[in-house]
Amino acid sequence: MLGVLPFFAYTTIFLGIPTLIVVIGAFLDGSGRASLGNLSALAQPQIVSAFIHSVVLSAVTAVLGAVFGALLTYAVSTARAGGLLRRLVTSLCGVLAQFGGVTLAFAFIATFSAQGFLTLWLQKSGIDLASTPWLYDWDKGLMLVYMYFQIPLMLIVFLPAVEGLRPQWREATESLGGSTWHYWRHVAGPILAPSFIGATLLLFTNAFSAYATAAALISQGSPIIPLQIGGTLSSEVILGQENIGKAMALGMVAIVAVVMTLYVVLERRTTKWLGS
Amino acid sequence: MSLHATRRRRQAGFRWTVVGVIGLFFALPIFSMVEFTTRAPGGGRTLDTWATLFDLGVIDADYPELKTGILASAGLTVLTVVIMLVMLVPTMTWVRLRLPGLRRTVEFICLLPLTIPAIVLVVGLAPVYAWVAYFLGESSLWLAFAYVVLVLPYAYRALDAGLSAIDVKTLAEAARSLGASWPRVMWRIILPNIRTAVLSAAFLSVALVLGEFTIASLFSRDNLQVAINLLGKRDSSLAIAAALAALILAFIVLVAMSFVGNGRRSHRPEES
Repeated sequence: MLGVLPFFAYTTIFLGIPTLIVVIGAFLDGSGRASLGNLSALAQPQIVSAFIHSVVLSAVTAVLGAVFGALLTYAVSTARAGGLLRRLVTSLCGVLAQFGGVTLAFAFIATFSAQGFLTLWLQKSGIDLASTPWLYDWDKGLMLVYMYFQIPLMLIVFLPAVEGLRPQWREATESLGGSTWHYWRHVAGPILAPSFIGATLLLFTNAFSAYATAAALISQGSPIIPLQIGGTLSSEVILGQENIGKAMALGMVAIVAVVMTLYVVLERRTTKWLGS
Repeated sequence: MSLHATRRRRQAGFRWTVVGVIGLFFALPIFSMVEFTTRAPGGGRTLDTWATLFDLGVIDADYPELKTGILASAGLTVLTVVIMLVMLVPTMTWVRLRLPGLRRTVEFICLLPLTIPAIVLVVGLAPVYAWVAYFLGESSLWLAFAYVVLVLPYAYRALDAGLSAIDVKTLAEAARSLGASWPRVMWRIILPNIRTAVLSAAFLSVALVLGEFTIASLFSRDNLQVAINLLGKRDSSLAIAAALAALILAFIVLVAMSFVGNGRRSHRPEES
């Protein structure tokens, strides 16, 4: 038992205690008494709209990212395993999926801002991209930026499932007289469906949790919930309100937990078919 | 036979169309970063920004925040990888050997950070870090404690795959019966046998630590990404160049990792 003590001590201090602080803090008022005030404070209009924005942003980028990502995944999976194309695409996707954040925000400024490459280039042909500050809107610019880490993440989580499709299944379909459409409609589609939906859920939580890209891109206002929480940590917080941040954090965990539970249930179904 | 050939041709066409179109979508911002950082004041091209970025003297004198950020991130990568390995490898081995009943618990704890967004972790870690600062000082290096938690799920999966591929029990018993001490078993028997798993866990941690922004920025500590973000307010061209350089570095790390992973597979008999 002594051998595993350091591990449990470490994870208690840096994972267990922080989780408890969030959970308990959400139910304490400014002076440390039990209260539901923080939770009812979540009904403030700007917090409600931040939650809605976050959910819509995550859902839209998850679905679009899953569709385009799945297309890319299938295209890459038809290439030779261990070949150069596959290795380069998976490595690049790994970088973009994990590394995003500040780098992506700057890449976007270099492309779409008033001085950006695409803006200046399109100006020559009379199209003005910079007439409105769309790049800094949560439902335009931010959505587009998020696609740059959602599509790569889709490839990484969906590739193993697509690789699990056996060529024999297609041959069997053909020998029974089925067309390509039949194969996708009745064989590959149903087999991939649970992992496709599971991957979409994973993409949702990924976008929902993301903070860095939005923080580096948006300097005015806090349209999404991670930015709202970040705001409560900085200095200009009204006294006695700091636990509202914990209530918002608890709300985030609750949403992620629901989505992850669905994911685990789907995962069980997936391994039934694609396992081994 | 001809059916096969037609399909393969059609697949190749489909593959290059999709990879081409999506590739263009991804190449655009990267190309724009190159274009943006090579603009000369009068119109035309110059490599001045890139020369500045790699001129240590100028960086040291004019952009001290970038230098601190790079040094902090370098220190953080090393410290995170060391703590992660020293904590996880013995624990996971020991659980396999002596406490198989705890395996589910350890796995659950290690995968837990996947369901807790980093921004939520920051909220809970704030009081913990007040204590860390009290005992150990304000240094940015102590962020490594939080980073170990962030890399836990990825490191666990990599190391678990490595340990599953070898017969830990037999190896450890053989070494013990020949008189090796536990530390010696760990260092000379287990570690060399799972070195590719250790390498990929380490690479993943490096990529994650180099890209981390949320925790460092909200605790007002320095690291590479915080420095790049700060630099963006002053000199956007240099900041974009630094961001691109960091991206390329992470890409190289991951390509290297894909080769390490392949090396492991070729040593083992084919699965399935």
